[in-house]
Amino acid sequence: MNKNRRSFLKVAGLSVFALSSGATAFSSAAQAMVSPGTYEPAPKELKAKRWAMVIDTRTFRTADDYKAIIEACHAAHNVPDIRSKADGHEDQEIKWIWTDSYKHAFPDDLNEHLADRVKKRPFPLLCNHCTNPPCVRVCPTQATYQLPNGIVTMDYHRCIGCRFCMAGCPYGARSFNFVDPRGYLSDPVPNPEYPTRMIGVVEKCTFCVERLAKGLMPACVEASEGRILFGDLNDPESTVRKALAENYSIRRKPNLGTQPGVYYIV
Amino acid sequence: MYNSKAVIAGIVAFLVICTSPFWANFGSGDYKKPEVVLPKKPECIESAEFMRAEHMQLLNEWRDQALRHDNRQYVSSTGKKWEISLQNTCMKCHNDYEQFCDKCHVTNNVDPYCWTCHILPKGSK
Repeated sequence: MNKNRRSFLKVAGLSVFALSSGATAFSSAAQAMVSPGTYEPAPKELKAKRWAMVIDTRTFRTADDYKAIIEACHAAHNVPDIRSKADGHEDQEIKWIWTDSYKHAFPDDLNEHLADRVKKRPFPLLCNHCTNPPCVRVCPTQATYQLPNGIVTMDYHRCIGCRFCMAGCPYGARSFNFVDPRGYLSDPVPNPEYPTRMIGVVEKCTFCVERLAKGLMPACVEASEGRILFGDLNDPESTVRKALAENYSIRRKPNLGTQPGVYYIV
Repeated sequence: MYNSKAVIAGIVAFLVICTSPFWANFGSGDYKKPEVVLPKKPECIESAEFMRAEHMQLLNEWRDQALRHDNRQYVSSTGKKWEISLQNTCMKCHNDYEQFCDKCHVTNNVDPYCWTCHILPKGSK
Protein backbone atom coordinates (compact mmCIF):
# COMPACT_ATOMS: atom_id res chain seq x y z
CA MET A 1 0.00 0.00 0.00
CA ASN A 2 2.73 2.35 1.04
CA LYS A 3 4.69 1.62 -2.11
CA ASN A 4 1.63 2.08 -4.31
CA ARG A 5 0.89 5.48 -2.86
CA ARG A 6 4.53 6.48 -3.28
CA SER A 7 4.62 5.49 -6.93
CA PHE A 8 1.25 7.13 -7.52
CA LEU A 9 2.51 10.41 -6.05
CA LYS A 10 5.66 10.23 -8.16
CA VAL A 11 3.67 9.86 -11.36
CA ALA A 12 1.15 12.50 -10.31
CA GLY A 13 3.88 14.98 -9.41
CA LEU A 14 5.70 14.42 -12.67
CA SER A 15 2.49 14.80 -14.67
CA VAL A 16 1.56 18.05 -12.95
CA PHE A 17 5.06 19.39 -13.57
CA ALA A 18 4.99 18.37 -17.22
CA LEU A 19 1.53 19.86 -17.78
CA SER A 20 2.23 23.13 -15.99
CA SER A 21 5.55 23.75 -17.70
CA GLY A 22 3.92 23.00 -21.03
CA ALA A 23 1.11 25.43 -20.21
CA THR A 24 3.50 28.24 -19.28
CA ALA A 25 5.56 27.67 -22.40
CA PHE A 26 2.37 27.83 -24.45
CA SER A 27 1.03 30.98 -22.81
CA SER A 28 4.36 32.80 -23.04
CA ALA A 29 4.58 31.82 -26.70
CA ALA A 30 1.13 33.33 -27.21
CA GLN A 31 2.28 36.60 -25.64
CA ALA A 32 5.64 36.71 -27.39
CA MET A 33 6.21 39.86 -29.34
CA VAL A 34 6.64 39.74 -33.05
CA SER A 35 8.70 42.89 -33.50
CA PRO A 36 12.49 42.73 -33.49
CA GLY A 37 12.71 46.18 -31.87
CA THR A 38 11.99 47.40 -28.36
CA TYR A 39 9.55 49.87 -26.81
CA GLU A 40 10.13 52.83 -24.56
CA PRO A 41 8.17 55.85 -23.26
CA ALA A 42 8.05 58.93 -25.47
CA PRO A 43 11.09 61.14 -24.78
CA LYS A 44 9.19 64.34 -23.95
CA GLU A 45 6.43 62.66 -21.96
CA LEU A 46 5.14 64.49 -18.89
CA LYS A 47 5.13 62.14 -15.93
CA ALA A 48 3.16 62.06 -12.70
CA LYS A 49 2.18 59.57 -10.05
CA ARG A 50 -1.43 60.75 -10.03
CA TRP A 51 -2.68 63.29 -12.57
CA ALA A 52 -5.40 65.59 -11.28
CA MET A 53 -7.21 68.72 -12.41
CA VAL A 54 -8.25 71.75 -10.39
CA ILE A 55 -10.83 74.09 -11.93
CA ASP A 56 -11.06 77.56 -10.45
CA THR A 57 -14.76 78.19 -11.08
CA ARG A 58 -14.60 81.65 -9.48
CA THR A 59 -12.92 82.99 -12.60
CA PHE A 60 -15.66 81.80 -14.95
CA ARG A 61 -18.99 83.59 -14.93
CA THR A 62 -21.13 82.56 -17.88
CA ALA A 63 -21.36 79.49 -20.07
CA ASP A 64 -19.67 81.53 -22.81
CA ASP A 65 -16.52 81.68 -20.70
CA TYR A 66 -16.26 77.94 -21.13
CA LYS A 67 -16.87 77.99 -24.86
CA ALA A 68 -13.21 78.41 -25.83
CA ILE A 69 -12.25 75.50 -23.59
CA ILE A 70 -14.93 73.16 -24.90
CA GLU A 71 -14.12 74.11 -28.48
CA ALA A 72 -10.40 73.53 -27.94
CA CYS A 73 -11.07 70.06 -26.53
CA HIS A 74 -13.58 69.04 -29.16
CA ALA A 75 -11.40 70.31 -32.00
CA ALA A 76 -8.32 68.50 -30.64
CA HIS A 77 -10.19 65.19 -30.50
CA ASN A 78 -12.47 65.48 -33.52
CA VAL A 79 -15.61 65.39 -31.38
CA PRO A 80 -18.60 65.92 -33.68
CA ASP A 81 -21.42 68.40 -33.08
CA ILE A 82 -24.35 66.20 -34.04
CA ARG A 83 -26.90 68.92 -33.32
CA SER A 84 -25.35 71.08 -36.03
CA LYS A 85 -27.13 69.11 -38.75
CA ALA A 86 -30.94 68.91 -38.97
CA ASP A 87 -31.27 65.26 -39.91
CA GLY A 88 -33.37 63.75 -37.13
CA HIS A 89 -30.43 63.02 -34.84
CA GLU A 90 -30.61 66.32 -32.97
CA ASP A 91 -31.31 64.44 -29.73
CA GLN A 92 -27.82 62.93 -29.96
CA GLU A 93 -24.82 64.49 -28.32
CA ILE A 94 -21.15 63.54 -28.07
CA LYS A 95 -19.33 65.44 -25.37
CA TRP A 96 -15.97 65.24 -23.65
CA ILE A 97 -16.35 68.44 -21.65
CA TRP A 98 -19.56 70.39 -21.14
CA THR A 99 -21.28 72.67 -18.64
CA ASP A 100 -24.19 72.18 -16.27
CA SER A 101 -25.75 73.87 -13.26
CA TYR A 102 -24.63 73.43 -9.65
CA LYS A 103 -27.88 71.57 -8.93
CA HIS A 104 -27.04 68.91 -11.50
CA ALA A 105 -23.29 68.79 -10.97
CA PHE A 106 -23.36 68.51 -7.17
CA PRO A 107 -26.73 66.95 -6.30
CA ASP A 108 -25.65 65.79 -2.81
CA ASP A 109 -24.68 69.23 -1.66
CA LEU A 110 -27.86 71.24 -2.09
CA ASN A 111 -29.17 73.77 0.29
CA GLU A 112 -31.84 76.28 -0.53
CA HIS A 113 -29.86 79.27 0.57
CA LEU A 114 -26.69 78.86 -1.44
CA ALA A 115 -25.06 82.05 -2.59
CA ASP A 116 -26.30 83.08 -6.03
CA ARG A 117 -22.76 83.24 -7.36
CA VAL A 118 -22.48 79.47 -6.77
CA LYS A 119 -26.06 78.45 -7.48
CA LYS A 120 -26.33 80.27 -10.82
CA ARG A 121 -22.84 79.63 -12.10
CA PRO A 122 -22.30 76.99 -14.81
CA PHE A 123 -19.78 74.29 -13.94
CA PRO A 124 -17.52 72.60 -16.47
CA LEU A 125 -17.93 68.84 -16.31
CA LEU A 126 -15.74 66.11 -17.73
CA CYS A 127 -14.57 62.61 -16.92
CA ASN A 128 -13.37 62.64 -13.30
CA HIS A 129 -10.62 60.06 -13.81
CA CYS A 130 -11.63 58.42 -10.55
CA THR A 131 -9.23 56.51 -8.35
CA ASN A 132 -11.91 53.79 -8.13
CA PRO A 133 -13.49 54.02 -11.57
CA PRO A 134 -16.78 52.10 -11.84
CA CYS A 135 -16.57 52.20 -15.65
CA VAL A 136 -13.36 50.16 -15.56
CA ARG A 137 -14.90 47.59 -13.24
CA VAL A 138 -17.92 46.99 -15.44
CA CYS A 139 -16.20 46.99 -18.86
CA PRO A 140 -16.37 43.38 -20.08
CA THR A 141 -13.58 43.77 -22.67
CA GLN A 142 -11.14 45.99 -20.76
CA ALA A 143 -11.63 48.62 -23.44
CA THR A 144 -11.70 51.13 -20.58
CA TYR A 145 -8.77 50.85 -18.23
CA GLN A 146 -6.78 52.83 -15.71
CA LEU A 147 -3.14 53.75 -16.30
CA PRO A 148 -0.72 53.71 -13.35
CA ASN A 149 -0.71 57.53 -13.41
CA GLY A 150 -4.42 57.64 -12.59
CA ILE A 151 -5.75 58.41 -16.06
CA VAL A 152 -8.83 56.40 -17.03
CA THR A 153 -8.61 55.96 -20.75
CA MET A 154 -10.02 53.90 -23.58
CA ASP A 155 -8.91 51.58 -26.34
CA TYR A 156 -11.62 52.12 -28.93
CA HIS A 157 -10.43 49.07 -30.86
CA ARG A 158 -11.74 46.91 -28.06
CA CYS A 159 -15.03 48.69 -27.34
CA ILE A 160 -18.01 46.55 -28.27
CA GLY A 161 -20.55 49.25 -27.53
CA CYS A 162 -22.32 47.44 -24.66
CA ARG A 163 -22.62 50.74 -22.75
CA PHE A 164 -22.13 49.13 -19.32
CA CYS A 165 -19.64 51.93 -18.63
CA MET A 166 -22.31 54.53 -19.32
CA ALA A 167 -24.56 52.85 -16.78
CA GLY A 168 -21.65 52.56 -14.36
CA CYS A 169 -20.43 56.14 -14.60
CA PRO A 170 -22.19 58.30 -11.99
CA TYR A 171 -21.09 61.50 -13.74
CA GLY A 172 -22.59 61.04 -17.22
CA ALA A 173 -19.14 61.53 -18.68
CA ARG A 174 -19.54 59.05 -21.50
CA SER A 175 -21.18 59.37 -24.90
CA PHE A 176 -22.25 56.63 -27.27
CA ASN A 177 -21.93 56.96 -31.04
CA PHE A 178 -25.40 56.04 -32.24
CA VAL A 179 -24.52 57.47 -35.66
CA ASP A 180 -21.28 57.62 -37.62
CA PRO A 181 -19.50 60.72 -36.25
CA ARG A 182 -17.69 61.34 -39.53
CA GLY A 183 -20.86 62.75 -41.06
CA TYR A 184 -20.83 65.61 -38.55
CA LEU A 185 -17.19 66.60 -38.86
CA SER A 186 -15.62 68.96 -41.34
CA ASP A 187 -13.47 67.52 -44.12
CA PRO A 188 -10.57 67.48 -43.39
CA VAL A 189 -11.30 66.87 -39.72
CA PRO A 190 -10.35 69.58 -37.20
CA ASN A 191 -7.28 67.66 -36.01
CA PRO A 192 -5.90 65.33 -38.73
CA GLU A 193 -3.32 63.99 -36.26
CA TYR A 194 -6.00 62.39 -34.08
CA PRO A 195 -8.44 59.65 -35.12
CA THR A 196 -12.21 59.92 -35.07
CA ARG A 197 -14.45 57.28 -33.55
CA MET A 198 -16.80 54.97 -35.40
CA ILE A 199 -20.46 54.11 -34.99
CA GLY A 200 -21.11 51.81 -32.00
CA VAL A 201 -18.35 52.83 -29.60
CA VAL A 202 -18.41 54.86 -26.40
CA GLU A 203 -16.05 57.80 -25.95
CA LYS A 204 -14.99 60.21 -23.24
CA CYS A 205 -12.28 62.57 -22.05
CA THR A 206 -8.85 60.92 -21.74
CA PHE A 207 -7.05 63.75 -19.88
CA CYS A 208 -5.29 64.26 -23.24
CA VAL A 209 -3.02 61.28 -22.68
CA GLU A 210 -1.72 61.67 -26.25
CA ARG A 211 -0.77 65.31 -25.61
CA LEU A 212 0.96 64.49 -22.31
CA ALA A 213 3.09 62.00 -24.27
CA LYS A 214 4.28 64.90 -26.45
CA GLY A 215 5.03 67.09 -23.46
CA LEU A 216 1.90 69.22 -23.86
CA MET A 217 -0.73 70.07 -21.26
CA PRO A 218 -4.33 68.97 -21.93
CA ALA A 219 -6.15 71.06 -24.54
CA CYS A 220 -8.65 72.50 -22.04
CA VAL A 221 -5.85 73.51 -19.64
CA GLU A 222 -3.99 75.22 -22.46
CA ALA A 223 -7.12 77.08 -23.60
CA SER A 224 -8.12 78.12 -20.07
CA GLU A 225 -5.19 80.55 -19.68
CA GLY A 226 -4.34 79.40 -16.19
CA ARG A 227 -7.86 79.00 -14.85
CA ILE A 228 -7.69 75.22 -15.02
CA LEU A 229 -4.69 73.67 -13.31
CA PHE A 230 -3.28 70.26 -14.08
CA GLY A 231 -0.55 68.43 -12.20
CA ASP A 232 0.61 65.64 -9.95
CA LEU A 233 -1.60 65.15 -6.90
CA ASN A 234 1.11 63.11 -5.19
CA ASP A 235 3.66 65.91 -5.40
CA PRO A 236 3.19 68.44 -2.55
CA GLU A 237 5.02 71.08 -4.62
CA SER A 238 2.76 70.80 -7.68
CA THR A 239 0.46 73.63 -8.75
CA VAL A 240 -2.64 71.54 -8.08
CA ARG A 241 -1.59 70.66 -4.54
CA LYS A 242 -0.77 74.30 -3.80
CA ALA A 243 -4.13 75.45 -5.17
CA LEU A 244 -5.95 72.83 -3.12
CA ALA A 245 -4.03 73.76 0.02
CA GLU A 246 -4.93 77.44 -0.32
CA ASN A 247 -8.57 77.24 -1.45
CA TYR A 248 -11.78 75.47 -0.50
CA SER A 249 -12.50 72.81 -3.10
CA ILE A 250 -15.23 70.28 -3.73
CA ARG A 251 -15.57 67.16 -5.86
CA ARG A 252 -18.60 65.65 -7.55
CA LYS A 253 -20.63 63.05 -5.61
CA PRO A 254 -17.91 62.28 -3.04
CA ASN A 255 -20.17 59.91 -1.07
CA LEU A 256 -19.96 57.33 -3.86
CA GLY A 257 -16.33 56.65 -3.00
CA THR A 258 -15.05 56.89 -6.55
CA GLN A 259 -12.42 59.48 -5.51
CA PRO A 260 -12.63 61.84 -8.49
CA GLY A 261 -9.44 63.42 -9.80
CA VAL A 262 -11.19 66.67 -10.80
CA TYR A 263 -11.47 69.32 -8.09
CA TYR A 264 -13.60 72.48 -8.17
CA ILE A 265 -12.63 75.62 -6.31
CA VAL A 266 -15.90 77.39 -5.50
CA MET B 1 -27.70 -0.86 -54.71
CA TYR B 2 -31.09 0.59 -53.94
CA ASN B 3 -31.94 3.59 -56.14
CA SER B 4 -28.42 3.51 -57.52
CA LYS B 5 -29.11 5.75 -60.51
CA ALA B 6 -30.34 8.68 -58.42
CA VAL B 7 -27.63 8.16 -55.78
CA ILE B 8 -24.76 8.09 -58.26
CA ALA B 9 -26.18 11.06 -60.19
CA GLY B 10 -26.48 12.90 -56.90
CA ILE B 11 -22.88 12.16 -55.92
CA VAL B 12 -21.63 13.28 -59.33
CA ALA B 13 -23.66 16.51 -59.14
CA PHE B 14 -22.36 17.14 -55.62
CA LEU B 15 -18.73 16.66 -56.68
CA VAL B 16 -19.14 18.93 -59.71
CA ILE B 17 -20.70 21.71 -57.66
CA CYS B 18 -18.12 21.41 -54.89
CA THR B 19 -15.19 21.54 -57.25
CA SER B 20 -16.72 24.10 -59.60
CA PRO B 21 -14.52 27.00 -58.33
CA PHE B 22 -11.44 25.01 -59.33
CA TRP B 23 -12.82 24.30 -62.81
CA ALA B 24 -13.99 27.88 -63.25
CA ASN B 25 -10.51 29.21 -62.50
CA PHE B 26 -8.68 26.48 -64.37
CA GLY B 27 -6.46 27.99 -66.99
CA SER B 28 -7.47 31.57 -66.20
CA GLY B 29 -3.87 32.54 -65.58
CA ASP B 30 -1.52 32.48 -62.63
CA TYR B 31 -1.89 34.55 -59.46
CA LYS B 32 -0.27 37.89 -60.11
CA LYS B 33 1.46 39.63 -57.27
CA PRO B 34 -0.11 43.06 -56.93
CA GLU B 35 2.18 45.90 -57.89
CA VAL B 36 2.24 48.32 -55.02
CA VAL B 37 3.51 51.85 -55.48
CA LEU B 38 6.26 52.21 -52.90
CA PRO B 39 6.78 55.49 -51.08
CA LYS B 40 9.76 57.59 -52.11
CA LYS B 41 11.56 57.33 -48.78
CA PRO B 42 13.72 54.21 -48.91
CA GLU B 43 13.55 53.11 -45.28
CA CYS B 44 10.69 51.67 -43.30
CA ILE B 45 10.74 50.93 -39.58
CA GLU B 46 11.81 47.35 -40.28
CA SER B 47 12.81 45.35 -43.36
CA ALA B 48 10.34 45.04 -46.21
CA GLU B 49 10.15 41.25 -45.75
CA PHE B 50 9.27 41.62 -42.09
CA MET B 51 6.71 44.35 -42.75
CA ARG B 52 5.08 42.39 -45.56
CA ALA B 53 4.62 39.34 -43.37
CA GLU B 54 4.04 40.83 -39.93
CA HIS B 55 2.67 44.38 -40.25
CA MET B 56 -0.69 43.37 -38.82
CA GLN B 57 0.81 41.82 -35.71
CA LEU B 58 3.20 44.74 -35.39
CA LEU B 59 0.31 47.21 -35.52
CA ASN B 60 -1.52 45.27 -32.81
CA GLU B 61 1.60 45.30 -30.69
CA TRP B 62 2.10 49.03 -31.28
CA ARG B 63 -1.47 49.71 -30.20
CA ASP B 64 -1.13 47.73 -26.98
CA GLN B 65 2.27 49.19 -26.12
CA ALA B 66 1.20 52.78 -26.80
CA LEU B 67 -2.23 52.66 -25.18
CA ARG B 68 -1.83 50.23 -22.32
CA HIS B 69 1.85 50.48 -21.40
CA ASP B 70 2.31 54.14 -22.36
CA ASN B 71 5.36 53.18 -24.44
CA ARG B 72 4.90 55.50 -27.38
CA GLN B 73 8.32 55.13 -28.95
CA TYR B 74 9.58 52.19 -30.98
CA VAL B 75 13.30 51.48 -31.23
CA SER B 76 13.76 49.44 -34.37
CA SER B 77 16.25 46.61 -34.82
CA THR B 78 18.64 49.12 -36.42
CA GLY B 79 18.35 51.40 -33.38
CA LYS B 80 16.35 54.14 -35.06
CA LYS B 81 13.53 55.65 -32.97
CA TRP B 82 10.00 56.07 -34.26
CA GLU B 83 6.86 57.54 -32.77
CA ILE B 84 4.24 54.82 -32.43
CA SER B 85 1.37 56.04 -34.57
CA LEU B 86 -0.37 54.56 -37.59
CA GLN B 87 -1.70 57.94 -38.62
CA ASN B 88 1.32 60.11 -37.89
CA THR B 89 4.20 57.73 -38.62
CA CYS B 90 3.15 55.00 -41.08
CA MET B 91 0.82 57.13 -43.18
CA LYS B 92 3.29 60.01 -43.47
CA CYS B 93 5.39 57.92 -45.89
CA HIS B 94 2.75 55.48 -47.07
CA ASN B 95 0.49 58.33 -48.03
CA ASP B 96 -1.17 56.70 -51.03
CA TYR B 97 -3.66 54.34 -49.50
CA GLU B 98 -5.18 53.14 -52.76
CA GLN B 99 -1.87 52.38 -54.45
CA PHE B 100 -0.26 50.84 -51.37
CA CYS B 101 -2.54 49.34 -48.71
CA ASP B 102 -5.49 48.57 -50.92
CA LYS B 103 -3.48 46.85 -53.65
CA CYS B 104 -2.73 43.80 -51.51
CA HIS B 105 -5.80 43.98 -49.33
CA VAL B 106 -8.12 43.92 -52.33
CA THR B 107 -6.17 41.18 -54.10
CA ASN B 108 -6.26 39.03 -50.99
CA ASN B 109 -9.84 39.93 -50.16
CA VAL B 110 -9.12 41.32 -46.71
CA ASP B 111 -11.02 44.31 -45.44
CA PRO B 112 -9.33 45.88 -42.42
CA TYR B 113 -11.43 48.59 -40.79
CA CYS B 114 -8.58 50.86 -39.71
CA TRP B 115 -10.03 53.80 -41.63
CA THR B 116 -13.39 53.97 -39.90
CA CYS B 117 -11.48 55.84 -37.17
CA HIS B 118 -7.95 56.55 -38.36
CA ILE B 119 -7.72 59.29 -40.92
CA LEU B 120 -6.30 58.68 -44.34
CA PRO B 121 -3.97 61.30 -45.76
CA LYS B 122 -5.89 63.75 -47.97
CA GLY B 123 -9.29 63.93 -46.37
CA SER B 124 -11.16 61.58 -44.14
CA LYS B 125 -14.33 60.73 -46.00
